[in-house]
Amino acid sequence: MKLRRIISIIIKEYIHIFRDWRSLLIIILMPVLMIILYGYAITLDMKNLTFAVIDDARTPESRELIRGFTENRFFILKYTDIKRNEIESLFKKRYIQMALVIPGDFSESLVSNRITKVQLIVDAADSNVGTFINNYSNRVAQLFNEKLNKRSPGILGLEPRILFNPDMKSANFFVPGLVALILLLICSLLTSITITREKETGTLEQILVSPVNPIEIVVGKVIPYITLGFFNGIVIIIFARLLFKVPINGSLALIAVLSLIYIFVALSFGLMISAVAKTQQIAMLATLMATVLPTIMLSGFIFPVASMPLPLQYISKAVPATYFLIIIRGIMLKGIGLAELWKHAAALSGIGIFMLSIAIIRFKVTLE
Amino acid sequence: METEIAVSASKLSRHFGAFKAVDEISFDVKKGEIFGFLGANGAGKTTAIKMLCGLLKPTAGEATVAGFSIRTGTAMIKKNIGYMSQKFSLYEDLTVKENIEFYGGIYGLSREEIANKTRLLISELNLEKMQNSLTRALPLGWKQRLALSASLLHDPPIIFLDEPTGGVDPISRRNFWRIIYEIANRGKTVFVTTHYMDEAEYCNRVSIMHKGKIIELGTPTGLKQKYNKTTMQDIFIHIIGHN
Repeated sequence: MKLRRIISIIIKEYIHIFRDWRSLLIIILMPVLMIILYGYAITLDMKNLTFAVIDDARTPESRELIRGFTENRFFILKYTDIKRNEIESLFKKRYIQMALVIPGDFSESLVSNRITKVQLIVDAADSNVGTFINNYSNRVAQLFNEKLNKRSPGILGLEPRILFNPDMKSANFFVPGLVALILLLICSLLTSITITREKETGTLEQILVSPVNPIEIVVGKVIPYITLGFFNGIVIIIFARLLFKVPINGSLALIAVLSLIYIFVALSFGLMISAVAKTQQIAMLATLMATVLPTIMLSGFIFPVASMPLPLQYISKAVPATYFLIIIRGIMLKGIGLAELWKHAAALSGIGIFMLSIAIIRFKVTLE
Repeated sequence: METEIAVSASKLSRHFGAFKAVDEISFDVKKGEIFGFLGANGAGKTTAIKMLCGLLKPTAGEATVAGFSIRTGTAMIKKNIGYMSQKFSLYEDLTVKENIEFYGGIYGLSREEIANKTRLLISELNLEKMQNSLTRALPLGWKQRLALSASLLHDPPIIFLDEPTGGVDPISRRNFWRIIYEIANRGKTVFVTTHYMDEAEYCNRVSIMHKGKIIELGTPTGLKQKYNKTTMQDIFIHIIGHN
């Protein structure tokens, strides 16, 4: 290893990056665009669910029940004076997600202390929405009962205390995940085309007849992209803070150090692909396929790993984002430190070293 | 190097599966010689040159370059050779100066050496006005000369040129050969492949490759006498026709 040679490669890579405005644009704009796009689009927060009410009772009690649904930010009452047979077409046109039918004897039934039934019709095409409406309606009914029946003493009431994300904002969950997705995508994409580009232009051959060895080439190519990836990480976290008010409860320095490890993994992955792929197109496609899908589907980015079928859980252990998600969510939301996270950091480092070794070995083999 | 031989191959072969790209070629190149490798496209010239430069491992046989084995001494070989491939292989998005600085750097030249060489080269090539423009903007003839200069930055005793004049106009080709002669006059060994038969006339000795084998080797004058022809072109067509 000769420092002079590595420095020459580093300088050259920086010139490539800053002279090619298209790749520079990708590096700067893509994370910003992605965080805005994903940050606002991927949300499991329920808002503005529309519903219809057929109130045959028209009593103070029935209006009280309806108010139970409307006095929050989740539901909007859209239709009141409709006939029963109109409900189905409203559902089919997706005008409403829920309908409430209050029978004419509602108040009398309540007063006489009988079990009173109110019909709730729910559009559960989206099962998450269906479950949410169902749960929320039960809660409304429970509150209604409590208000009505002050004297019944034996009702069990849960007093929940919600940790780490008390507002239950899904942005707090997704935006740290986006850091994992974007860093992985950008860093591996950039490095995967850097070597294949030199294969295509023939300059790689020219470098290889010089005394430079594969390790020097790989190191010289990784360092410029580590700095870029790190810059990207900072941009994403600033945006997460400003746009989505995601809390950072843990240490920023720890985020920085562990992000560097993750960036190293992403770059090694890109190098591994570029050592195998023959053209830039193949390298880009392979990188996209191998990073985006597993990261979104298998890392716990949206779906919890614990609820996956067992074979998929094993696969998720090989996905770098699985570990980084635990790390970044842990630091940002829970404020935990290295004492809890060192295992995940070690797993990440292991994956990175493994992939870099494959890249260097493959690189040597290609020459023969 | 005590020996007078710069490059020596003995039964050197390279197979790709069942295909014998290079099939037991043997030859010696003397120091200071301009040695031509002639052959049609696909005759195995590039594969042979890549093995000699350490870019490909031989399937069988042995060769030495600057006294080092291509099997065990590639690291030393790389310090002693310059290589210019048939593809233009400088960075088009780097300026002339940046290219020279980069290649100087990966050959481990010091900062002063690089600065001196850059100045010298740029004035030799009359590129003062172009030194800060992108290499992309240069005419092809200039690019080839720049690529050649870049491969000579570390002052190697042996230079491999793989079809250096491909796609260049006749005048640039003649200029290019003038430089090759200058290099040879400085005592360097030049190993050049080409499929232009007129260029063969400029070589001290030529070998003609066909289907992975060397089927003829000698001085241009010697070959002309042997086959009783007046140009290398005629000789080439005659030999290939009989194989």
